Amino acid sequence: MSELSFFLGCIAPNRYPGIEKSTKIVMEELGVHLLELKGASCCPAPGVFRSFDKLTWLALASRNVVLSEEMGMDLLTVCNGCFGSLVDANNLLKEDEQLRNDVNNVLAEVGREFKGTIRVRHIMEYLYDEVGTEKVKESVKYPVDLKVAVHYGCHLIKPSKERHLGSIENPTFFDELVEATGAESVMYKDKNACCGAGGGVRTSALETALKLARAKLENAKAAGVDCIVDACPFCHLQMDVGQTEIAKKFGDVFDMPIVHYSQLLGLGMGYTPQELGIDMNYAKNDEFIAKIEKIAGGGK
Amino acid sequence: MAVTEAMEMSDTIKTSDLDKAFRDEVLTEPGAEKLILCFNCTGCTAGCPMAEHEPNYNIRQLLRMANLGMRDELLNHPYLWNCTTCYKCQERCPQGVPNVDILLKIRTIAVHNGIMLDNHRKVAQLMAKTGHAVPINDDSKEKRKTLGLNELPETVHNYPDALEEVHKIIAKTKFDKLTEDKT
Repeated sequence: MSELSFFLGCIAPNRYPGIEKSTKIVMEELGVHLLELKGASCCPAPGVFRSFDKLTWLALASRNVVLSEEMGMDLLTVCNGCFGSLVDANNLLKEDEQLRNDVNNVLAEVGREFKGTIRVRHIMEYLYDEVGTEKVKESVKYPVDLKVAVHYGCHLIKPSKERHLGSIENPTFFDELVEATGAESVMYKDKNACCGAGGGVRTSALETALKLARAKLENAKAAGVDCIVDACPFCHLQMDVGQTEIAKKFGDVFDMPIVHYSQLLGLGMGYTPQELGIDMNYAKNDEFIAKIEKIAGGGK
Repeated sequence: MAVTEAMEMSDTIKTSDLDKAFRDEVLTEPGAEKLILCFNCTGCTAGCPMAEHEPNYNIRQLLRMANLGMRDELLNHPYLWNCTTCYKCQERCPQGVPNVDILLKIRTIAVHNGIMLDNHRKVAQLMAKTGHAVPINDDSKEKRKTLGLNELPETVHNYPDALEEVHKIIAKTKFDKLTEDKT
């Protein structure tokens, strides 16, 4: 069995614990044991904290990486934003000796040192490259009969020079992993568009951020999907909580269920939406929950 | 006349109003030296998801202003904080300009000069205090219990010593001073 440390970040454990739980469940089923990364902090979020002060961003990000280095294992994240901070910080510090010295000078305050001994992994690229779509497919006992709009998000695939995940204009790995669950990945307009949350925009210019989310929801809805599947709790929050805010500000109602890939795969493995926390979204959609309850037939 | 006004009115930008030291500071960001290769093809803005919904946000123009050294206009620019950091423009730039990295550097210079949006100051303070930009709340504690998870996640929330480390790092980099309320 492979072992990885599980970096939780902020939004998964503190707003969508269903994503945290689902990830533990599905990775264990796939033979990947996740160990808690005890005492980890915010990644910290790449758009805001890197904007404010690069050294603080690097020092806190590298502290999280160092905790995993000390455990002697690679680190897994289920969030594009966390991936953005941690993979970029990890690579920058491995490459740039001056920067590494500056950061280690800060980390010395807390008795830690960045050594550059581990890799930062995102659940989607880890499943695709290390576990493989075939094994994912074999783990699915109850094919998920849903039409889904795949939302890659931004920091999973960009900046590409740090990622090596193939085409950033037309990526396919996420779609392949979705189809491995039995679901159909439906093409929709501006599929690779940003959700609008990142870079501190949701924090400082909510209405503008929501315009991007609204376009995403409109395009997914027009394609006739059952739900949007993402791999980032911040995109998840933007598209889920965002629906309530969009209804209030613009009057548009979408009733679009938002599901993290861990939760989608969990359904295929036979867990109920309640066990996976899919029913805990802020935008309620009882019709969808009733539909997916039939997939697993009783749960585990 | 402010330089941005001059630009809107198609007047001449006076070189005496430009700040070359500011431009040099921006160019210290690794890779940023490629900014001088920008020939204003506008591919960045054409593909920008933010520009589609907020036409006043123009990454090409912001970077052009940096290249010219329009310091004050840029640091106080009303759309400086509209980039979601999706990196699409950076991926597509035919000249290899790291647009987003440069924009973040400009933002950093703004923050280090005391120019920061109120909500950003609040989220910075929240993270500096709790170790999380989005800390736990009662609703989520309940949800965690319902799912059979511990009420608090295994993060700084559950380890006071770990939070103390975050506080020490922040004190060392003076991030707390940088983001404190203006008096």
